[in-house]
Amino acid sequence: MAVQKSGMVEKRGIGLWLTHAGLIFGILLVCFPIYIAFVASTVTQPEIVHPPLPLIPGDKFFENYWDALSSGVNAPVWLMLFNSTIMALGITVGKIAISILSAFAIVYFRFPGRMVFFWLIFMTLMLPVEVRIVPTYQVIADFGMLNSHAGLILPLIASATATFLFRQLFLTIPEELAEAARIDGAGPMRFFIDILLPMSRTNIAALFVILFIYGWNQYLWPLLITTDPDMNTIVMGIKQMFPSGDDIADWPVIMATAILAMLPPVAVVIFMQKLFVRGLVESEK
Amino acid sequence: MQKRATFNNRLLPYLLLTPQLAVTLVFFFWPAGQAVKQSLYLPDPFGLNDVFVGLENFEFLLTDSYYLASFQTTAIFSSLVTLLSMGTALWLAVMADRVIKGSGFYRTLLIWPYAVAPAVAGILWMFLFNPSVGLVAFYLEVFGYDWNHVLNGAEAMGLVVAAASWKQISYNFLFFLAGLQAIPKSVIEAAAIDGAGFWRRFWTIVFPLLSPTTFFLLVVNVVYAFFDTFGVIHTITAGGPRQDTMILVYKVFADGFVGQDLGSSAAQSVILLFVVGILTVVQFKYIERRVHY
Repeated sequence: MAVQKSGMVEKRGIGLWLTHAGLIFGILLVCFPIYIAFVASTVTQPEIVHPPLPLIPGDKFFENYWDALSSGVNAPVWLMLFNSTIMALGITVGKIAISILSAFAIVYFRFPGRMVFFWLIFMTLMLPVEVRIVPTYQVIADFGMLNSHAGLILPLIASATATFLFRQLFLTIPEELAEAARIDGAGPMRFFIDILLPMSRTNIAALFVILFIYGWNQYLWPLLITTDPDMNTIVMGIKQMFPSGDDIADWPVIMATAILAMLPPVAVVIFMQKLFVRGLVESEK
Repeated sequence: MQKRATFNNRLLPYLLLTPQLAVTLVFFFWPAGQAVKQSLYLPDPFGLNDVFVGLENFEFLLTDSYYLASFQTTAIFSSLVTLLSMGTALWLAVMADRVIKGSGFYRTLLIWPYAVAPAVAGILWMFLFNPSVGLVAFYLEVFGYDWNHVLNGAEAMGLVVAAASWKQISYNFLFFLAGLQAIPKSVIEAAAIDGAGFWRRFWTIVFPLLSPTTFFLLVVNVVYAFFDTFGVIHTITAGGPRQDTMILVYKVFADGFVGQDLGSSAAQSVILLFVVGILTVVQFKYIERRVHY
């Protein structure tokens, strides 16, 4: 019988075990590439270039990661991690700061040109850097910002999505609060700092998680504007570690770098899962 | 739309908007305008000046067999990525929705590939299938299949599709799971009491009720496959072998930065802007619909 006495639908017996088995299979499938990369980052170069690769981690974990962090291939990986951190934090903080200010202006003020500005921001909603790379590159080159942290961050901090999110949030905040603040003689900035910012705390945190991952994982933009290996970010730097021509790649160091490159964003997703899911769902509304 | 209680200040709202507007104008509207302008020019034979050529760049592109082939490649690539990642995610979400104990544990283990950058996903899959050292390539050879995506276009396409889909499974899984959990259990139990089996319940009740989520994910996945997969292509195949994995976004980069053909690259950017525009309209139609129901 399909229906059990408890009223549950097929949640016991063989069906349930098959479901668990299917899920475990799915997880193995999803985790397999990462596990293999981890194994490759703990063995020696000869173990990799004479396949098959062993399926259990080797004993060269510390050597390989130390090699990568301290010297790398073109630039030490700690430097690439540092550049990625600056870029990811710069994009995250920059986006949140400029979006919350403009959302505040659009929701709480009435002024000529309000709708024009709203639409100007709105139109950038889906204009990824990938479709305007050559002209944007020229702008950054004209500003002398090639190979700089500012050049990595600035073109990526305009975001209609974050502005919308804050606008939606502000619209749900009771109007009495602003009215009360006004009657008490508090200026707009006082209201913003003492009331709006504290009330937006959770949303800011959720957005922070999503934007940090977005910023960390940027690839094309750093690839274009950081020709100096010392300015490479880790995500774009991995590909640069492969030798051109027929030289053999230094696989253990490269795979250790790949693991290091995914560690910060993966840690953010796992340890801030609630905020992450919230941010993901909200930023797609 | 707007609060009734507003503050009165002439200058402050403009000051608040300035940072965002400045960034938007300098890094969005100016480059987009430059792309439109550049798409109408070509360098003269000596490469000294740009000459106005009207729509010649577009005419050339739309009759260029490489560009048309790139359109086709993009269509195949994005359909396969969307199908594979959404299909796998739906399958996992349906199972995760069925278990009560341990669903949090499964979710944690399934969502973290979201955080892996497309470029890193590309490196992982390229390593697995590397013709000389890759584990999967090695066992394929043991079983008599000679894998070499560096030379074989179909294998290259298969590999970039697998890597790009793998990264997107987590995202689709989260949204499908949320969609499934929003379906009232009483509806499904009623159908079960009427004797409908699992598959019948799935196709006649669950799947139709899930359609808003599915449609939303369809748009998101197409956008992802079009624009966010640059890193996957660049790390695994660089558009090759020949032009077999040359998707449109990659071609803008290859022609503009590698080939230095700025007019053509700009014209391609403009065409992509249209594609983005259409996708945005589709997405908004969807949002409007969701507001009504």
